[in-house]
Amino acid sequence: MTVTDTVPSGGAAQVVRRRPAWLEQNLLTAAVGAVGGYLFGHWVGNMIAGGYININGASGQNDIAVCLGLGIAVFGWLLGIGALNYPLAKIIGLDPAQEMPRESWTRYLKFSTDHKVVGIQYLFSVFLFLFTAGLLAMAIRSELLSPTSHLFGPGTYIAVVGEHGTMMMMMASSLVVGPLGNYLVPLMIGSRRTAFPRIEATSLWLFTAGYLVILTALPLGGFPTGWTGYAPLQTEAGAGMDAYLAGFAVIGLGMILAGFNLIATIIHYRAPGMTWSRLPIFVWSILATSALLTLATPTLVAAGLFGILDRTAQTAFYVTERGGSSFLWQNLFWFFGHPEVYIMALPGFGIVGEMLPVFTRRPLFGYRVAAAGMFGVALLSFFVWQHHLFQSGINPDMRPLFMLTTELISIPTGFIYLVTLGTLWKAKIRFEVPMLFALGMLFNFLIGGVTGVFLSDVPVNVTVHGSFFVMAHFHYTIMGGLVFAFFGAIYYWTPKITGRMLDRRLGKIHFWTMFLFFNMTFFPLFIVGILGQPRRVFEYAPNLQVWNDVSSIGAFLLGASFLIFVANFVWTIIIEPRKAPDNPWDSYGLEWQTATPVPFYNFERIPVILNDPYHYNEPEAQPVADIVLTGEPRPAAAVSAGPVDPADRGLSEGDGSE
Amino acid sequence: MADQPTPTDAGGTGTAGGSAQSNRSRSGGHVPRLVGIWAAISLVGDLLFWFLAGPHIPPGTMTSAAGGAQFDFNVLFIIAVPVVVAVWVYMGYALFTWRASRVPGGPEVRRQFQRGHTGVQAWFIGTTTVIVMGLFIFGTAELIIPAGAGGGEGPNPIWTPTSGTVLPVQVIAQQWKFSYRYPTFGGFETDQLYLPDNTTIAFHVTSLDVIHDFWAYQLGVKADANPQQDNVAYTTTSQLGSFTVRCDELCGLWHGSMFNYGKVVSKTAFEQWASRTEAALAANTKNLPAFSWTYVPDANGADGSYYPDNVDPYSKVETYGAQKVTFK
Repeated sequence: MTVTDTVPSGGAAQVVRRRPAWLEQNLLTAAVGAVGGYLFGHWVGNMIAGGYININGASGQNDIAVCLGLGIAVFGWLLGIGALNYPLAKIIGLDPAQEMPRESWTRYLKFSTDHKVVGIQYLFSVFLFLFTAGLLAMAIRSELLSPTSHLFGPGTYIAVVGEHGTMMMMMASSLVVGPLGNYLVPLMIGSRRTAFPRIEATSLWLFTAGYLVILTALPLGGFPTGWTGYAPLQTEAGAGMDAYLAGFAVIGLGMILAGFNLIATIIHYRAPGMTWSRLPIFVWSILATSALLTLATPTLVAAGLFGILDRTAQTAFYVTERGGSSFLWQNLFWFFGHPEVYIMALPGFGIVGEMLPVFTRRPLFGYRVAAAGMFGVALLSFFVWQHHLFQSGINPDMRPLFMLTTELISIPTGFIYLVTLGTLWKAKIRFEVPMLFALGMLFNFLIGGVTGVFLSDVPVNVTVHGSFFVMAHFHYTIMGGLVFAFFGAIYYWTPKITGRMLDRRLGKIHFWTMFLFFNMTFFPLFIVGILGQPRRVFEYAPNLQVWNDVSSIGAFLLGASFLIFVANFVWTIIIEPRKAPDNPWDSYGLEWQTATPVPFYNFERIPVILNDPYHYNEPEAQPVADIVLTGEPRPAAAVSAGPVDPADRGLSEGDGSE
Repeated sequence: MADQPTPTDAGGTGTAGGSAQSNRSRSGGHVPRLVGIWAAISLVGDLLFWFLAGPHIPPGTMTSAAGGAQFDFNVLFIIAVPVVVAVWVYMGYALFTWRASRVPGGPEVRRQFQRGHTGVQAWFIGTTTVIVMGLFIFGTAELIIPAGAGGGEGPNPIWTPTSGTVLPVQVIAQQWKFSYRYPTFGGFETDQLYLPDNTTIAFHVTSLDVIHDFWAYQLGVKADANPQQDNVAYTTTSQLGSFTVRCDELCGLWHGSMFNYGKVVSKTAFEQWASRTEAALAANTKNLPAFSWTYVPDANGADGSYYPDNVDPYSKVETYGAQKVTFK
């Protein structure tokens, strides 16, 4: 299907139908679809394989029924929300219904092809993920308050650990690409939409379905493998494992679709004049991330399906004693898993690179190096996965090679520091809340990155592999890096997205508490790791209790710092809105040059891009585009906004309104 | 906003290299000052670490592998300190010196440094590349020369110890315990791990069910226990004492309490212990399967070929379909 297929031909003559409100599909119908789908799938599973016991005898549940239930539940969820209306109508030869977009807030509870609505839906979905998994994290830290007395039984504890890890990984893989990538990329490249709006919306609803599927792991008994799901433990585990495998497969499908849509958008929907060398660095990071999402995630989906087949259809992909190999899962999982790590790092670099020029009032230093570095990281990330398996006995003679690639990847990763240090040089630095988060990200990520080099050294890896040292390392990169950058981005772009301003003082309190307690939580874990505490244990040596307790108290306080953010968000955005200036940070970015809140069609007229968005401190430079609505007046911005050219609009068939 | 841009903010100071730079040296003295602060802090940090903390860094020096891991950690730390200090010192300095309230006009950066500078970028990339290649060569040497540095090397190690006498010890992991077989002492199996001092040990790590990981913390040894795989790790003991063994790969319900302890004892004490235990366990050893580097688990996990049929109620019982598990 080509893009032009979806553009309505005779716009004026088209009749736009609108269903009565009570017939419209929304979250409620989606929930009905999911529950109905699960019950139906479970029933079918019991019909075709009644009395069947798990191949390896541990779960005592009918895995065929559980897997079919989960699969059909996801299908029912998509059907209920209306994601399948268009393809189904096409299949049976009907003209797909044209839906008027609604202006009401209820559009956020429905299937929408507007990238801005999808972005906000993604935002609330990742918050749901983040806060659910954050509560589980505090449960883990509660258990680890004492080396020997227990809050949970061992089964509950590993179920909580696995659930926390899996949910956080799922969340982090879409944390920036989902909300900010979808919302901002079209605005930053001067487009009115993304390339495949229905695919974009479907990726969101798969993401939310993934949340529900992975949540069912808890009532199904949890899974004992942690987020890495190693076979053969995976094959012998209870029915919660089905939710893990199905959940990752569903999330993976959503990731592939989201990445695919954004790649097509960035390549094909740039406004005239938006050359590759003018592309905002955030868009470069989303492009590199999307390439990883599209190329790495299929391995995860395939590996998950193999696991499901092993557990239901008695195949033996991972069953050693039947000719499979437990190494196969490790290889497939980490072949996805290591690019995944950079899926969770690159968007953070993009956010920091995007905010630095604004808060230093000078151009980004080393723009080309930064963009090239992201692609260097993306490429190399496919060649490092076996460093997770240094002690596994797989290809031990390859360890020097993987040590080399792992250490090489720190060169392009280090470019973010080249860019930062260069941009700070003789700048004019403003300590606004987003800038604080960017600086916090740089502080944390440095610790995360340097400890990664320790892990890449095989002799040191012998001690730290699989210990809390690894755990602290990747929390420093993902939480300290990506999540800090993400919150910076929330403070930075909320005025654009909502037209309202988050409170600055509460924002600063949020930053300082989060920064302090993040380090208080995770720095001690480096110490307990190197002192010999393995990951995912509920009992540890008594001499490690002090550091564990410091970490636990830090974790509770870190949780409290998120409440400051929630209070700030709810109060200043919803309860007592404070109108934001049109361009509160005086950014030259294209996304700030259109009206706030962003109109349905983004730009009244497709802008012609004249410059990159980083020409601060360059008085003779052209403005970013031939529209400049906000910020200080620019001499060359004299072109007035003309009438909307219908041929220019490029709206999908779902967009009948003016 | 607290600091709205001044009118000169966008305009800057006019043409590049204008009046702002005319009355000061090329870098304003920032570079020598930064290098001085960096060198002083790095040197002090490195010296303090090397002499105060270095000798106490885990896993200690109980074996060759442990000593190697400690040495590597310390060397990496010595290299990491200047890198981290460079970034922190620079950022702290920049944030203090060029914060908006101290910069009355626009940024004073010269034109050729505004958007990048080939020399600076080449220098940065060159320096990081040299560090990384140095680390790679160092890490590879430290891996190969001490025969795998205590890590699991798979069934056919290509880096083997030069020592003529190697004591093989088989580590058998299963949910949720470790046991050890000594093939040179009749293949007896025990959950006590005794090792002789000043001896090269070859740990042959395998599993009877899921993946475990044999982590002898103070020995600096770590190797995954895979079903039907023999994963070999070498080390040479050099101190008497006890050490902790923990499972380091999530293996199910009781992973958190899968640990035990071992001892490095003198060679004569080890010989005595091994001969005594071999004799005491002779009856049990006869019931064990013939010593092998791997054992085939079956659908019930740690069952399979390991436990002889006459002592194991689960043997030959498969749980396909609706078949019931019957106990003898």
